[in-house]
Amino acid sequence: MAKNTLPSRFRKVDVDEFDENKFVEEHDEATEQPGPDTGEVDNLIRQGDMMSAFHVALRNPPINSKNPVIKEKAQAVVLRVLTSFKSSDIEPAVKSLDSNGIDLLMKYVYKGFEKPSENSSAVLLQWHEKAFAVGGLGSIVRVMTSRKTI
Amino acid sequence: MAYHSFLLEPISCHAWNKDRTQIALCPNNHDVHIYKKEGNGWTKTQVLKEHNGQVTGIDWAPESNRIVTCGTDRNAYVWTLKGDVWKPTLVILRINRAARCVKWSPKENKFAVGSGSRLISVCYFEQENDWWVCKHIKKPIRSTILCLDWHPNNILLAAGSCDFKCRIFSAYIKEVEEKPAPTPWGSKMPFGEVMFESTGTAGWVHGVCFSESGNRVAWASHDSTVAVAEGGKTAVITSLSSETLPLLCVTFITENSLVAAGHDCYPALFVYDGEKGTLTFGGKLDVPKQSAQKGLTARERFQNLDKKATSDTKEAVLESLHKNSISQISILQGGKAKCAKFCTTGMDGGMAIWDVKTLESAMKDLKIV
Repeated sequence: MAKNTLPSRFRKVDVDEFDENKFVEEHDEATEQPGPDTGEVDNLIRQGDMMSAFHVALRNPPINSKNPVIKEKAQAVVLRVLTSFKSSDIEPAVKSLDSNGIDLLMKYVYKGFEKPSENSSAVLLQWHEKAFAVGGLGSIVRVMTSRKTI
Repeated sequence: MAYHSFLLEPISCHAWNKDRTQIALCPNNHDVHIYKKEGNGWTKTQVLKEHNGQVTGIDWAPESNRIVTCGTDRNAYVWTLKGDVWKPTLVILRINRAARCVKWSPKENKFAVGSGSRLISVCYFEQENDWWVCKHIKKPIRSTILCLDWHPNNILLAAGSCDFKCRIFSAYIKEVEEKPAPTPWGSKMPFGEVMFESTGTAGWVHGVCFSESGNRVAWASHDSTVAVAEGGKTAVITSLSSETLPLLCVTFITENSLVAAGHDCYPALFVYDGEKGTLTFGGKLDVPKQSAQKGLTARERFQNLDKKATSDTKEAVLESLHKNSISQISILQGGKAKCAKFCTTGMDGGMAIWDVKTLESAMKDLKIV
């Protein structure tokens, strides 16, 4: 009946791709990190070595990865370590981090706030308080402005 | 430390004349007000009305006594003093977004305007046509230019932008100047050439400043970092993540020391060590008057616990001189090599003048190298 006889291939073109004002994120040359090693972290938790588990969990953050599965996995591992800590051990763990480590910890804490589970927010708030004491408002600003999300 | 409250509105931008007796500022509207120092106070002497949008940048050329202003109406005006009155000359910038910042070059034969059109307009005066002409630097800028600073050689221009980069461009205009001598940033400087581009910063670059020699450039960005780059075969970038809110403006006060201020409402000192390649926080430069710390009565303690769930004695009142973010900092005396006095203006409508010697003696651990 009303069949379109005029060329209509243009309707399949995504014009936003051709917008010269479109900001294209620079692709970082750095290699994709696979995220922390779950097995190693599990072992260390079982052995009771919380400090090492903490440091291993914070290694290799999946910042350059576009794979949401890797990011979910990393977040889960870190959250497990953070909730397994005794309250009194939180402060020395935070003190053992350097400034980049504090920024990374803050990123994980805020990511953890996004999807709260039963007790996670309370524990994360304790970690937040201790990390804030060391990193200050600057560390929180860096979580908000960072283009490299974990 | 002298503090003068000009207005209730924020001071969008300010500029001083050569002998620091007059200040031109924009009270967050379309005009430029010029105040003259009379005794201990300031009197408004002139109001320059020409812009149709908020004035975002003012710069006062010390030698030629000309003022250049730029605004959100996409225009820039060069004001010259004819007798007692300032007369504007329109400069066509050929931009289709607001202008954000403007700076005269050291020789005052050109000025650069950064805009939201993702380009920098470098304007120079063409004698034959009696007209200001502009050239554009477009590539590789991807977003609004927030701040500019000229290198002492009148050719290189540092620009901080919302695309998270601080870059140094060549703004060499062959019509008005000679070919420049090589610098640590490079030797070939055709117009628009990128001599340096920063890496690693993650926030908008709010403030940028060259050191007196031009061999170093510092920038402050919205991710609460300050960074210094030293020119050379490969530029060396050193950055410091601070624990404060983002800084909005930065300036060198000696070849190794920087003063920066921003949303925390107080200026802070940073020290750069070229040999060790480190940038460290030197201290807060605002010593609040030690208000008598009266002990809290038990009643007040309970009231605090009830109202704020804390028995902390820290009030929510800002103790710094400025009561709102500091948006601009300018050197008054001594230049960028041996600054003796600098001035800050902010969103609280106030202007504070800071004396470096007084600060050094007031704060015992402060060392300005």
